[in-house]
Amino acid sequence: MIDEGLKNELSKQGVFTTSLNELYNWGRKSSVWPLQFGLACCAIEMIAASMARFDIARFGAEVFRPSPRQADLMIVAGTVTKKMAPQVVRLYNQMPEPKYVIAMGACAISGGPFKQGYNVLKGIDRYIPVDVHIPGCPPRPEALLHALITLQEKIAAQALTGPNKPRHLDPDAPSEFPVPKFGAHDLEPPKNPDLWQPPKMARES
Amino acid sequence: MEHPYLFLVSLIVAALLFALTPLALAWIWAKKFSPKKPGKDKNAIYECGLESKPAEWVQFKSQYYLYGIIFLIFDVETIFLLPFAVAFKGLSVGGFIAIMVFLFLLVEGLAWAWVKGVLTWK
Repeated sequence: MIDEGLKNELSKQGVFTTSLNELYNWGRKSSVWPLQFGLACCAIEMIAASMARFDIARFGAEVFRPSPRQADLMIVAGTVTKKMAPQVVRLYNQMPEPKYVIAMGACAISGGPFKQGYNVLKGIDRYIPVDVHIPGCPPRPEALLHALITLQEKIAAQALTGPNKPRHLDPDAPSEFPVPKFGAHDLEPPKNPDLWQPPKMARES
Repeated sequence: MEHPYLFLVSLIVAALLFALTPLALAWIWAKKFSPKKPGKDKNAIYECGLESKPAEWVQFKSQYYLYGIIFLIFDVETIFLLPFAVAFKGLSVGGFIAIMVFLFLLVEGLAWAWVKGVLTWK
């Protein structure tokens, strides 16, 4: 393991040093391919982010893939209705490892303005593990870019081994999450308890 | 003396190495680090998010063979009939019998299609 100070000193002299871990993470974070998949108006902002003005290609994430088999990143862009939720989870399951999720907009993170409605899922994090949440209705393209940068920072901080290793290198981490079924009144089950628990109210006793 | 095509062979080898080395490295990396994680959804045939319904492995009735038979009778047979008629006087007995067997086989198909009611306009 190279000393951080020595590495800094070497880089000043024009010598680039790296580790396998950093090289691997640099490759991973610089080629995040999103799934071409929009659910509602947030998708319009996602499209804007991929166009010339905001240009998500600067971050290596412009290759929107129309098939989950070729995508790394699922941008849940929009309202997830209860009718759509099983399909979203199934698409996530079909993506190869390593895979990441950005929940974009108020609807995807919590149900947003439709939270009191009967047919909207109150946040996709009830079924799939979300890496970055972006609030906003809809979030501007800059917010999506910020989410992507946050995700890249998260990827760069992961180690190849040890407790902080990414999920796809962990043989015990599940690759698929249960797909909810349509029940009589709600999705069955209404949440994945391993991923999401209702927030506990902190009461003073 | 050096073979004149030696440089081509060496270029091909270099091109193959250039293409295959990253693939081999990726394969070795995957073997070492990333565990395989297959699953029911991941191995599914369709990738649109919806489950395919009903089961894919069913027998289904092929209707195309009817068109195949009729096409043979009215198109392919006609192509053979014209040279047959032109060369009729010069034909040997063996040739005549051969074309008659061919006609019989195809007309048999026509009779079969007729009995089946394919020719009836509904």
